[in-house]
Amino acid sequence: MLTLYTPGNSLLHRCPAAAKLITLCLAATLIMILTDPIVLASGILVVAVGYGMARIPGRTMWRLSRTALVIVMVVAACQAFFTSVSPAIIVGLRILFLITAANLVTLTTRTADLITVVEAAARPLTRWGVHPDRIGVTVALAIRFIPVLGEQACRVREAQAARGVKAPFTLLVPLVIRTLRLADGVGEALEVRGLGSSARAGASTTEHRSMTR
Amino acid sequence: MIELRDVSFEYDARPVLRQVSANLAEHRIGLVGANGSGKSTLARLCHGLLLPTAGQVLVNGHDTRRDAAAARSQVGFVFQDPDIQIIMPTVAEDLAFSLRPSGLSKQEISAQVDDWLGRYDLVSHRDHPAHLLSGGQKQLLAIAAVLITQPQIVIFDEPTTLLDLRNKHRIMAVIAALDQQVVMVSHDLDLLSEFDRILVVDAGQIIADDSPRAALDVYRRAALG
Ligand SMILES: Nc1ncnc2c1ncn2[C@@H]1O[C@H](COP(=O)(O)OP(=O)(O)O)[C@@H](O)[C@H]1O
Ligand SMILES: [Mg+2]
Repeated sequence: MLTLYTPGNSLLHRCPAAAKLITLCLAATLIMILTDPIVLASGILVVAVGYGMARIPGRTMWRLSRTALVIVMVVAACQAFFTSVSPAIIVGLRILFLITAANLVTLTTRTADLITVVEAAARPLTRWGVHPDRIGVTVALAIRFIPVLGEQACRVREAQAARGVKAPFTLLVPLVIRTLRLADGVGEALEVRGLGSSARAGASTTEHRSMTR
Repeated sequence: MIELRDVSFEYDARPVLRQVSANLAEHRIGLVGANGSGKSTLARLCHGLLLPTAGQVLVNGHDTRRDAAAARSQVGFVFQDPDIQIIMPTVAEDLAFSLRPSGLSKQEISAQVDDWLGRYDLVSHRDHPAHLLSGGQKQLLAIAAVLITQPQIVIFDEPTTLLDLRNKHRIMAVIAALDQQVVMVSHDLDLLSEFDRILVVDAGQIIADDSPRAALDVYRRAALG
């Protein structure tokens, strides 16, 4: 879902990262309040115009909206099943808006700029023990590792297909284990790269590691 | 120089290293041993990623427990899998990430990043997502991201195990050209035979500490019976 910066020189690319993020937050809040499907659909239309302005290649757009549509369809189907059709449409449109709008921001903003804004926004929280630089890195990690996790899911699926396993839920356990392993490793890497705990008392600075072994 | 003084280490009360002592001062030092013998644990202790349950580790005289920041600032660590070591989404951003604590200006950071991209033929990948690099390029990036902080000692834990032959040679050439002291875990006996000193780890102890010829002989005999 989270995507990467696509270089460009459009108005949206040049617009300051902070402005884009604030607009995104406001629009996301608004979309959760509004319930008229026509208004919601026009919101999505506005986002689509944004994609045009930013000159995002059609291929990228299709790749992204394909994933978004799958998620929207699954959620909307559940809604329709458990409640009724009209809330399903509203929820579907909201999610579609949120995903496409968030993608538009990440597509037109360098990660480094995004992180700078996130860190600045978190700075007032410093007095309550929040580390703005860690929050910034967390955002970067999310952007960096989503494709990696996607690859892991593919690998697990391949391995299971090779052994003739078909049930989709069997994917979950190995994937969760792999993800926890990855998290262990990344935690260490952060320490090695100068972000993380200094030496704590006890035998290991990464005691949680034994969780997945 | 890394000094291990009677170092023991336990995971959940299970001993993994037993009273290991060594002064590591040579330019190229190899760690070899069976899977699970404790090589990675030893490498992590040398960096301060793990702290000994008993004993002391000193890096250029700095205790990894009491003087952790100073000790760590001297040592770089490269893992087997570059996918965990690369933290930022794009190549240039990841190199710049290493220099965040340095207090350098944006321009200085960018100049250094360009310099390292050039050294490792990554210039054309500057703004590419790191996950789209080849395995060899990822490991180069991971190494560059460590070297850019100018550590005095670099520890490698099986840096070529996941690579094909061509990339393995590329990475080995890069490591061979380093001025820094190198401590490397490896299963590549050809490579280790060029080193200055080899420690053979077996069941948490050092069973040989010698020139490559003598030490690798002990390793072969222990492994093949
Ligand atoms: N995080 C951990 N928690 C518990 N045991 C571990 C952990 N990491 C390694 N071990 C155990 O410690 C021993 C030594 O591991 P390691 O140093 O990784 O060996 P090597 O690198 O030589 O293969 C092994 O028996 C391994 O199972
Ligand atoms: Mg190991």
